[in-house]
Amino acid sequence: MLSRTADNLFWLARYVERAEYLARIIEASTRLANLPSAYAGTSNEWESAVATAGCAHLFYQAHDKATRETVIDFLAFSPDNPSSIRSCFEVARTNARSVRTALTVEMWDAINAAWLELSKYRASGLNQDEHLANFLSFVKETGLRFDGSAYRTMLRSDGYWFSRLGVMIERADNTARILDVKYHVLLPGAEQVGGSLDYFQWSAILRAVSALTAYHWVYKESLKPWLVADLLILNDQMPRSLAACYESIVRNLDSLSLAYGRQGPAQRAARATRTKLESARIEDIFQSGLHEFVSDFITENNRLGAAITQQYLT
Amino acid sequence: MAGDAPIFDEMNLADGAVRPAYETLARWLKTIPTDLLATRSREAEALFRRIGITFAVYGDAASTERLIPFDVIPRVLTNDEWVRLSKGLTQRVRAINAFLGDVYTKREILRAGIVPEDLVYQNPAFRPEMNQQPVPHGIYVMIAGIDIVRVDADTFYVLEDNARTPSGVSYMLENREVMIRLFPELFSQHRVAPVENYTDDLLATMKSVAPRSASSDPTCVLLTPGLFNSAYYEHTFLADKLGVELVEGRDLFVKADVVYMRTTEGPKRVDVIYRRLDDDFLDPLVFRPDSALGVPGLMSAYHAGNVTLANAVGTGVADDKAVYSYMPEIVKFYLGEEPILKNVPTWRCRAPDELKYVLDHLPELVVKEVHGSGGYGMLIGPKAAAAEIELFRHKLVKDPSNFIAQPTLALSTCPTLVEEGVAPRHVDLRPFVLTGRDKVRIVPGGLTRVALKEGSLVVNSSQGGGTKDTWVLDS
Repeated sequence: MLSRTADNLFWLARYVERAEYLARIIEASTRLANLPSAYAGTSNEWESAVATAGCAHLFYQAHDKATRETVIDFLAFSPDNPSSIRSCFEVARTNARSVRTALTVEMWDAINAAWLELSKYRASGLNQDEHLANFLSFVKETGLRFDGSAYRTMLRSDGYWFSRLGVMIERADNTARILDVKYHVLLPGAEQVGGSLDYFQWSAILRAVSALTAYHWVYKESLKPWLVADLLILNDQMPRSLAACYESIVRNLDSLSLAYGRQGPAQRAARATRTKLESARIEDIFQSGLHEFVSDFITENNRLGAAITQQYLT
Repeated sequence: MAGDAPIFDEMNLADGAVRPAYETLARWLKTIPTDLLATRSREAEALFRRIGITFAVYGDAASTERLIPFDVIPRVLTNDEWVRLSKGLTQRVRAINAFLGDVYTKREILRAGIVPEDLVYQNPAFRPEMNQQPVPHGIYVMIAGIDIVRVDADTFYVLEDNARTPSGVSYMLENREVMIRLFPELFSQHRVAPVENYTDDLLATMKSVAPRSASSDPTCVLLTPGLFNSAYYEHTFLADKLGVELVEGRDLFVKADVVYMRTTEGPKRVDVIYRRLDDDFLDPLVFRPDSALGVPGLMSAYHAGNVTLANAVGTGVADDKAVYSYMPEIVKFYLGEEPILKNVPTWRCRAPDELKYVLDHLPELVVKEVHGSGGYGMLIGPKAAAAEIELFRHKLVKDPSNFIAQPTLALSTCPTLVEEGVAPRHVDLRPFVLTGRDKVRIVPGGLTRVALKEGSLVVNSSQGGGTKDTWVLDS
């Protein structure tokens, strides 16, 4: 297939995934910000939301202060933010149009309908809780609809594999980012052990990756920070964990190398990261530094994205 | 001829009788209530969005694409009419190809004084880069769209030849699909010749003209200017049906005079390019240097005979309106045959006596710019205000050779669903003629365009025209 087509499919999937993640961040942050400070601490959740979305630099060029209004506007609608939900949908739709022959009708409908629907929502309206809730569930449903359409209707050939790679690389990046910003609340701090403050932070992290229920099923325990980290990093049953993302990345890259009859740096890099995730124990990660582990992962994941681009998409 | 000639309706004769080809359809039209037709018409629009034009940008105000109105009442031609048309089309396209081969090599027709030299050499569509350059298998125009109008039961005129990148064939194909879904009963009552094999024919045509250096299974692609082009939908539609890659200029590159496309499996050689990109943009090294749409080095690969461009470069010199007026002589010169399809009588304003006639009869003539298209830059005398006529008079006197004039034709009409019900509207026909190394292929029918405004003669979609399904009935 044309490299440009594969590139478009890859990024189309990434942008839809990113939009959904942004919606989850806004949702989790709203929830935390609404808690009385006795429960949630005095940290500014909106600052943390901007950091988790990875756009702090751009944000503070446009706004002085991170408040509910400025952050939601910036993450959801701002045309100045190339990763706002609006920008994600716009780029996704442009990509979809230019690879129209590689998409199924269902996938196109999902993305085109989302773009048309988006115009119904205005940043100003999102100050009302109900409007915001509708908006966020619309964004999440778009992700589900697009992903589900791809899963149900695409031919299982290179186009599908590139699309899955886009989803998984973006998802791994998103999960790693939330850990990167929130790692401090997961670290054992003597003065806060047993305190209630972090409890809601932990549940917010799990909510942001839709893993709160999964946590209870897997560990059958109340929230413990190291188990939260274990679930999001190492548990390959958990669809947004780094381990599960890499399991899928390796599988899709293998399908490509099998179909094309050769493999390259992307396959080797992906396998190395997966092996690392498979053999790691959460105790060791905490021992040698959660923050370092997560930052290294983000760098490796970016490198893999570049290797895929180099090997297939240009 | 100006307006006082009776208008020929393809269904109803002046005495109220129905022409035989339309008998069944006329009966059906009588029984079907108009509001049901209107309902079906809305369903057709919904279907267009779903089966294909879903991919256009509906709901987007800034969109360059939109739905072209579709009329649910088909236009009917008999097999006899079609056989004659199709012979005439084949003859005309053979002559166009012979003319192009000649003007870019031996120039016999110029030396014989049949076509004036300046019409060729000073034509902006003439490409000196093609001088003495062979093209694969000597075929220049693989895909032609010939616009035909009808004025009475027996007379079809060629209104215009389109030898560059004619569009509209996706509408021909989609119109039929929608009609079959909406009116299955009509298809069991009529034996309508199918058109769905067009894309197979096109692929066979493209493969047949692959360069000799290509493998036995040549790789064909469709080259599009990209998604901002108004015909982008058609490009995606055709690439899909042909099963070939839809490429943009940046997907291709040239190495050692061979064209490759960038794929996920590495470079892949390309043998035939169905290009929907104008000459000017094909290769920035040869034509417009600012073109980001083309492929640097493409012309050198083309001249080396390693790739076929369909259509060839420089074919526009044959579909010019001034050259058009010489088509009857061109047919005779190369084929030694009488033209089967007539030209609309045309005054060449470059000739002083013809210019005088035109200036004296402006209110009854249609005046066209030689290089214009799409219904722009045109004067329709009988419908023009006095000021507009005077404006054209000035233009004509200033630059006579830039214009031709034709009588206002009484174009035939077909029954059409409009707001007030079913009423006659003027139509034309664009059949698509495919020329391969092995043979000429034409699917029966073509795209019928209809002027939806009462009395209007302009069928262009940019000016309020719609389309109809076109039926050729098996005899």
